[in-house]
Amino acid sequence: MSENPGTTGTQRVKTGLAEMLKGGVIMDVVTAEQAKIAEDAGAVAVMSLERVPADIRAAGGVARMADPTIVEAIVASVSIPVMAKCRIGHFVEAQILQSLGVDYIDESEVLTPADEEHHVDKWAFSVPFVCGCRNLGEALRRIGEGAAMVRTKGEPGTGNVVEAVRHIRAVSDEIARLRGLRSEELFAAAKDLQAPYDLVRWVADNGRLPVVNFSAGGIATPADAALMMQLGCDGVFVGSGIFKSGDPAKRARAIVEATTHYEDADIIARVSRDLGEAMVGINISDIPAGERMQERGW
Amino acid sequence: MAGSVRVGVLALQGAFREHILSLEALGVEAVAVRLPDQLEGCAGLIIPGGESTAIGKLMTSYGFYEALCTAHDQGMAIWGTCAGAILLARRVLDALPDQRTLELMDIAVRRNAYGRQVDSFEAELTVGGVAGAPFPGVFIRAPWIEETGPSVEVLATHGGRTVAAREGRLLATTFHPELTGDPRIHGFFVDTVVGS
Repeated sequence: MSENPGTTGTQRVKTGLAEMLKGGVIMDVVTAEQAKIAEDAGAVAVMSLERVPADIRAAGGVARMADPTIVEAIVASVSIPVMAKCRIGHFVEAQILQSLGVDYIDESEVLTPADEEHHVDKWAFSVPFVCGCRNLGEALRRIGEGAAMVRTKGEPGTGNVVEAVRHIRAVSDEIARLRGLRSEELFAAAKDLQAPYDLVRWVADNGRLPVVNFSAGGIATPADAALMMQLGCDGVFVGSGIFKSGDPAKRARAIVEATTHYEDADIIARVSRDLGEAMVGINISDIPAGERMQERGW
Repeated sequence: MAGSVRVGVLALQGAFREHILSLEALGVEAVAVRLPDQLEGCAGLIIPGGESTAIGKLMTSYGFYEALCTAHDQGMAIWGTCAGAILLARRVLDALPDQRTLELMDIAVRRNAYGRQVDSFEAELTVGGVAGAPFPGVFIRAPWIEETGPSVEVLATHGGRTVAAREGRLLATTFHPELTGDPRIHGFFVDTVVGS
């Protein structure tokens, strides 16, 4: 056992875990029982929470990191990776989640932000982070801070996919625009995007984000999941959409199959049948501007 | 290298795109396999890293267990990386009660053997059949190979544990060559394992 023990916490193992989650579905769960249902349905990971976004939205008040007892119970109940959310900028909640042994931390706008100017310095942690974005600049700022995975934000807890679509299209359009720029134009582009120049240059050269990008927020049906995959996402997070529906286990399995076979309409049609009630959706225009979670993060 | 061989990559979930790019960089025709009939004409198949439970359930839903065993019987080589190595194994230690594998390779594999994600690591490896500098090993929530049968050749160890092994037309690695840009193990699979 005296040979090189290996190096932990490298950016390659942080981004690498996200690579292993691609083509998969990450499901929000609030109990160990729900985590087992998610694992049995073929989830690639679970997000442990105290309340799903639809309930956070309904309850109002300040939403915080889940109680460590809940997180530990979920960690102990499944063999797939477990993620957990900390508030934006709340690096002590992040330290606690790392000490609890979670596999990924989501610095999430679903919770009430703890800092309205600064996000967590994610380079300081050996556990990887996933962060939300609405556009390319926001994605690259988070990656510059050390995020090893991003997710294009929808509007959480609504069952309405329109915002998720808007934001993946925004990211894709901005990547396409960078591809067409000359090298001297990239400096001004970095200034406009408010993003680190070296990351802007990498995206222009490679035509994609440097880390895995999932879709999150507003996905309620197998067709929603396949839509986000066809629009170029690497996988999907499903929050309230599963355990706020009539038959969570069946819907979860259906969303998993639709995410794998996202280009096969015959399979998506088959798995979309008889899923019971979908969660009740909310129109984005009915949410007061101050209560839109997607607008948190800077 | 490799001539006109076609190699499939099981594309149900996980890092299949990186394997396809690695094969294409060697000039090998690579195809994403999402349904069993897409195995037609593949001399080899890579089962990528991902979540073994998620990939396993999708394999059950679409009849891949039978299809892969039949194709292997008829000569198809299979390489499993990480989750793929678990799916090849005859026995999984610490498996979920209903977890099913192909049971093709005479190895016993322990899931998440090193711990959780904070224990994921990189280490240089000496790999049998791979010449030159040490190979960059990327271990992500990796299993290890705890037992090997008499016909299994150990190709690499780390910390006293087997991390790469071969048995005839089967190859198992518990780490991720597809994340490194180093094509040597893909070359070994195509030239030596598929070609055998």
